[in-house]
Amino acid sequence: MNKIEAIIKPFKLDDVKDALNKIGVTGMTISEVKGFGRQRGHKEIYRGAEYQVDFVPKIRIDVVVDSSLSSQVVDAISESAHTGKIGDGKIFVLPVGEAVRIRTGESGEHAI
Amino acid sequence: MKKIIISGLLVFISVVNVWAGDETPTVLTNKDAIALVQTHADYVWTLVAAALVFFMQAGFAMVEAGFTRAKNAINIMMKNLMDFSMGSLAFWAVGFGLMFGVSKTGWFGTSGFFLSDFSPGGDPWVLAFWMFQVVFAATAATIVSGAMAERTRFSGYLIYSVVVSALIYPIFGSWAWGSLYKGSGWLENLGFIDFAGSTVVHSVGGWAALAGAIVLGPRLGKYTKDGKVKPILGHNITLAALGVFILWLGWFGFNPGSTTAANKDIAMIFVNTNLAAAAGAVLAMFTSWIKFGKPEVGMSLNGALAGLVAITSPCATVTPLSAVIIGAIAGVIVVLSVLFFDKIRVDDPVGAISVHGVCGAWGTLAAGIFNMGGTNLKIIGVQVLGIGACFLWVFPTAFVMFKVIQMTIGLRVSPEEELEGLDFTEHGGNAYPDFEVSHAGGMGTVPSALATSEAIVGKMVRRQVEQT
Repeated sequence: MNKIEAIIKPFKLDDVKDALNKIGVTGMTISEVKGFGRQRGHKEIYRGAEYQVDFVPKIRIDVVVDSSLSSQVVDAISESAHTGKIGDGKIFVLPVGEAVRIRTGESGEHAI
Repeated sequence: MKKIIISGLLVFISVVNVWAGDETPTVLTNKDAIALVQTHADYVWTLVAAALVFFMQAGFAMVEAGFTRAKNAINIMMKNLMDFSMGSLAFWAVGFGLMFGVSKTGWFGTSGFFLSDFSPGGDPWVLAFWMFQVVFAATAATIVSGAMAERTRFSGYLIYSVVVSALIYPIFGSWAWGSLYKGSGWLENLGFIDFAGSTVVHSVGGWAALAGAIVLGPRLGKYTKDGKVKPILGHNITLAALGVFILWLGWFGFNPGSTTAANKDIAMIFVNTNLAAAAGAVLAMFTSWIKFGKPEVGMSLNGALAGLVAITSPCATVTPLSAVIIGAIAGVIVVLSVLFFDKIRVDDPVGAISVHGVCGAWGTLAAGIFNMGGTNLKIIGVQVLGIGACFLWVFPTAFVMFKVIQMTIGLRVSPEEELEGLDFTEHGGNAYPDFEVSHAGGMGTVPSALATSEAIVGKMVRRQVEQT
């Protein structure tokens, strides 16, 4: 099992969700995060004082899938989240030690 | 058939009535009744206006909440609730008497405490007048809440609320407005013009706010050692804007209501009030646009309020064109003033000192300059005298009061409490329990308060000590 963590631009969420559904991914978790890579942030102004906002809002998607599906998921996210402009995000793949479905107690492959 | 009988009966009855001795009424025979209608109208207008001014408390609460952080929202609500409630009681007990009681010296009143001028069955005008005046006193009191936001000990603020409503506000008020009831003030006897209170209400609040902000010191993280200003973002600009609209609405009670009479004068006062607010907002917006490259919402909102404050003194005695000019100048002044106070490191989260203190002074001066009946050096001189007298009474008294509070029960919360948020530390609550309050977005490049808090608190305590 692999966990795919993807940091994407927030407005891309629907595209990514649709793309994942198309390849048969049955569930995901998202969180609202802030971050920056090489994008850095921008300057804003509040009551006459300028300040730098480094952290840009992003959406983080967590998906746990069978290892055989892993690279398809990465490709699907990569394509659907892409804009070509700086700040598109990153995808990480991590191995998962165990998974449990709380309702039934199933574990392993049956849990995802 | 039935219709004919009924109308016939009606005609018969009215003819009998007239024939029975009721003379045709004239204005002269009815003058008491007519005067009574006017009196009733005066009551209605004064009390409706009082209700509008009361609603400004909601406006102040929303402006302050919008321009400050979410972790202090409960504290802002409590301060606004209490400066009105405790202020009302203090003004009932002591303040009204000092402001409007019989004044032998012209410096303060000595009668009318606990509304002793009213006894059941007696003339209730004093009640209507008191109601109108108490919401004015409460307006002055709540101005300070914004300038002292996010770091003031609640118990200290309660003491301030009582002192300002019982003593500081009414004593100056007696100098300028005492004769509106039973008093007499030395300043008004010189011809001082302050129709609805640019000085009496707004500058009093503004200078007390200045004293408070100075004694308190700036919020942690607001100013860097090398003189840069690090904005502390308000958590809800829509609330702030709502607050300004509510204040604008309430001002239609504040200014026209000060006639305390239902007559045609209120029309021009309404128009002047609106034009000054609009001009203030527009000019503040353009000023911010030129200075910062984009039209900024905080400054524009402050601009509307600045125009309103400035027109409050001259609203009954200037032309609508003058009102536009007065408001426009206030809109420019307020932007420059906000930047100025940040430059001298007086931290005012909502701009109360600039909006109410500085623009209150401008409006009072403008009342002399733009006086419809003509102006001269004496008129302007009396206005300047009033502006100065207000500052010299309010600022030192408020400063001393805040210092005493600081040295006894404490005026400012500890750095740890300030970082955690007053909602929890002062009130044991959370204004937004369903929301994850974000710290990372609000302070720009200042490290999130959640991380390595002890190191930060240590640094900040040292930095705060250096700044005082």
